[in-house]
Amino acid sequence: MYPQDFRYAKDHEWIKVEGDHGRVGITDYAQKQLGDVVFLELPEVGRSLKAGEQFGTVESVKAVSELYSPIGGEVVEVNAALVSKPETINKDPHGQAWMIVLKITDPAEAGALMDAAAYEALVASEAK
Amino acid sequence: MTATPSEARALLEPPADFVRRHVGPGEAERAEMLKSLGVVSLDALVAETVPEGIRLGRALSLPAPLGEEQALAELRQKAAKNRVFRSFIGMGYHDCHTPAVILRNVLENPGWYTQYTPYQAEIAQGRLEALLNYQTMVADLTGLPLANASLLDEATAAGEAMTLCRAVAKAGLDGFYVAEDCHPQTIALVRTKAEPLGIRVHVGPVEAIDFAGQKLFGVLVQYPATDGVVRDFTGFAERAHAAGALLVMATDLLALTLLRSPGELGADVALGSAQRFGVPMGYGGPHAAFFATKDEHKRHMPGRLVGVSKDAEGRPAYRLSLQTREQHIRRDKATSNICTAQVLLAIMASMYAVYHGPDGLRAIARRVHALARVLQRGLRRLGFDAGTAPFFDTLRVRTSPEKGRAVVERARAKGVNLRSYADGSVGAALDETTLPEDLVALLQAFAGGPVGFTPEQLAGEVEGAVPAPHARKDAFLLHPVFNRYHAEHEMLRYLQRLQSRDLSLTHSMIPLGSCTMKLNGTSEMIPVTWPELGKLHPFAPAEQARGYHEMFADLERWLAEITGFAAVSLQPNSGAQGEYSGLLTIRAWHLSRGDAHRDVCLIPVSAHGTNPASAVMAGFRVVAVACDAHGNIDVADLRAKAEQNKAALGALMVTYPSTHGVFEEAIREICKAVHENGGQVYMDGANMNAQVGLTCPADIGADVCHLNLHKTFCIPHGGGGPGMGPIAVAAHLAPFLPGHPLVKTGGAKSYGSVAAAPWGSASILCISWVYIRTMGAEGLKRATEVAILNANYMAKRLEPHYPIVYTGVSGRVAHEFILDGRGFKKAGIEVEDVAKRLMDYGFHAPTMSWPVAGTLMVEPTESESKAELDRFCDAMIAIRREIRDVEEGRVKAEESPLRRAPHTARAVTAARWERPYSREQGAFPAPWVKEAKFWPSVARIDNTWGDRNLFCTCPPVEGLED
Repeated sequence: MYPQDFRYAKDHEWIKVEGDHGRVGITDYAQKQLGDVVFLELPEVGRSLKAGEQFGTVESVKAVSELYSPIGGEVVEVNAALVSKPETINKDPHGQAWMIVLKITDPAEAGALMDAAAYEALVASEAK
Repeated sequence: MTATPSEARALLEPPADFVRRHVGPGEAERAEMLKSLGVVSLDALVAETVPEGIRLGRALSLPAPLGEEQALAELRQKAAKNRVFRSFIGMGYHDCHTPAVILRNVLENPGWYTQYTPYQAEIAQGRLEALLNYQTMVADLTGLPLANASLLDEATAAGEAMTLCRAVAKAGLDGFYVAEDCHPQTIALVRTKAEPLGIRVHVGPVEAIDFAGQKLFGVLVQYPATDGVVRDFTGFAERAHAAGALLVMATDLLALTLLRSPGELGADVALGSAQRFGVPMGYGGPHAAFFATKDEHKRHMPGRLVGVSKDAEGRPAYRLSLQTREQHIRRDKATSNICTAQVLLAIMASMYAVYHGPDGLRAIARRVHALARVLQRGLRRLGFDAGTAPFFDTLRVRTSPEKGRAVVERARAKGVNLRSYADGSVGAALDETTLPEDLVALLQAFAGGPVGFTPEQLAGEVEGAVPAPHARKDAFLLHPVFNRYHAEHEMLRYLQRLQSRDLSLTHSMIPLGSCTMKLNGTSEMIPVTWPELGKLHPFAPAEQARGYHEMFADLERWLAEITGFAAVSLQPNSGAQGEYSGLLTIRAWHLSRGDAHRDVCLIPVSAHGTNPASAVMAGFRVVAVACDAHGNIDVADLRAKAEQNKAALGALMVTYPSTHGVFEEAIREICKAVHENGGQVYMDGANMNAQVGLTCPADIGADVCHLNLHKTFCIPHGGGGPGMGPIAVAAHLAPFLPGHPLVKTGGAKSYGSVAAAPWGSASILCISWVYIRTMGAEGLKRATEVAILNANYMAKRLEPHYPIVYTGVSGRVAHEFILDGRGFKKAGIEVEDVAKRLMDYGFHAPTMSWPVAGTLMVEPTESESKAELDRFCDAMIAIRREIRDVEEGRVKAEESPLRRAPHTARAVTAARWERPYSREQGAFPAPWVKEAKFWPSVARIDNTWGDRNLFCTCPPVEGLED
């Protein structure tokens, strides 16, 4: 269910490290908790983020949730197509629904995040 | 046998027995219900429910109750002490004619005033359409595309506009400029609101704005200004925008029928009061404020927003949109703390526009403008300086203080109120009720005697039109709804048609937990439309409002007695505004003691979303307190958080009985822990209906509380407002109570004002007055006891079918309880399906998924009879059987009547019926529905589609057809 090559944050964001870049989205568990997503707000390219800093909001009919950057870095790409079709988050949260690409400041930060097994355990405990 | 003197008197006295009208179950029914609970008496039930340590142990000291007729006669006598003058004071309040068809069929009609906010949209399409008309009217007239469904009043709307500007402006700007010719009550409220938020407010002439130097994120101007002048704002918005600031225009809907719209002038926000569209002045309220902005700011829009979506049959349907902006979801990050709006008054204003239509409105405006022109002409002829600037309906006459005073006094002797400015000049604002003889009286007051000419003579000499460049050129209100219902029969039937789509208390109980949908007694409502209450201007001299002041004094005394507190402010217009003003009172007290650093507010996670939203607005930092497995505040966590924040602890906000419907045993201990650590206790009065006469906020240890008069004290919910949220405070907080810039009220060290009018929505206070006057101490206590009895009786009946989430130590609930629906998820059934299915049974759902997701919170109130409680329980039990059919595999969830609910007449009479259950089970699932059927006018509404495709004005006509 949760890709093995992703790292996961406790706020339910994932990051896929590709060299010195990291692609960021929210997990399948997060999209299920939100329900039908109706709105997404993402930062401008060029913004630098610290680990845990808010980079946007995602909104469903019933809930609104802040998006937190799993690690620090500079926003080098933003998924504009997703902003105009935010329902993709419900359909393909780990694929097409990536949100931003970061130029990673400190690779060690990604290493400190959860792997898929640890994240699945977290989800199992939250779902109880 | 001879009677004692008191018995003899009782034989002749009229009965004071309103309590048997207000309380649903009679004595025999109560006995039966008590028996089912296994308790011998109401006293015994209360003993099991309310913790002993906080019980009042004494009777409330209130006047002995009167019968309905006697209470109304007493209030009539008071009202007769009000003197109804012709008020030309203006300042955002204008006399107007409420069209009789609207007065009788909306304002005086329980089919329009008894509903709650339209969260269950399928059975609220009537008022949602009326509100959409309101939004369309505001959007058209202001020239801004997105209007909300009303705010509390013009001054608070200006406060909301300030926070919107700050939220969308770029970071680093902290100044807000308010033009000095805005209404003074608006300026005062903006100052009050800005201070705890760290916003610097600059007040001065429009010419003195220094965008860069003052680091402005926004500017507020009044258009036309408070003194009537229509300034030329051409190019002004561009200057503001170039500096990174937004432009807010406070404006007047009637003037906008003739003047260029704020949208055309580049404004980012337009706001104002819709009062003069057919809503009585009522000595300050209630009135609907309007608020419109650009599409790009929609997610920062305060208040409720009606939008168009589609239903399960693909037809257009209305609903509340973008609810995620609001405090019940966003809590401390909400765009606004306000929950209640002014729905009833917004509907009246929208219907005024529907009835008059664009041509009718323009005609009214032209006539008002012509009257003002004639007045100006006459004044000039008398040698007065009546100004040369363009204006709409308001003149400012420059004169010496002595002369000005004499004019105002002469006018008053003729029964006319004028505005006096500090510099001695005199103001007159005309309106649609103004007659030529009023002009004669005004001119004579200025002249000091008869004048040698008539208004008719002058009328031939004046220009009728507003001069360029101010004149409006674009059309407005082109939608058919504003052009179809100008004959009274058409209007009457339109109102009736919309009304028939809304489920109200005239149909069945509305068991919304935390909302207290009790009886809005007809006798309580009667005085609301008395002219002696309706026709007073809020800034009329106090000696013209003696009756009002007697009523305020009574009510303040009674509410103080009921809460156990020392002083009351009647200013706040809603529960959330009460929270905000109560917290500002606490803040002012801390500041007065040099404790500016006490800015932490503890709030249990179970609190209503308005609590954290209000706390943030009042300058507090919110620290959440956990709840334990029984739904009670986790006392250990509270103690720990209070001690950790010892140095900065400002307040605790606590609801009692809890939002989970339980009288918490530890409440005194909780309050004590907060006091020991330097904090004050704010009690949210949402659940006061379980306290009156049995315990009180002062006794549980609180320092301040608000009272939702629209819950506990019978003001109807109006479909989402009006409300009233007065606050009561302990003696040490009394000096800080809210005041007013124009009228003396509030504490000596008041922190400012929270509403435009000194006593909020003064005209509806008569409802609570009549309620308390007819119930008396015993009656009020009885109401509380029966509210608890009704809830426990229903809980007992429903418990075998639905788990009750929380109960007190004795197994009892307070006045409301939570039914668990989370277990049905496995079978694919959500509580929303239960809520929608209840509509087919003729009921409004209980509060859904609050305060616990996946549950339903039921509050019957004391006003429902046993028969009605049983009917609702029967419906819930029948629905449980339908759920079991799904759970046990007899019906697929997606094909069940639950998921397909509600059933429209169209669906069950269609030629094709391809569902596994009968048409009868779909629409007539219970015997009483066969007797009297309420038809939901639309099928299940698609919320997602509505939020993804936001559309907030009347849809084009082709969209409404098949």
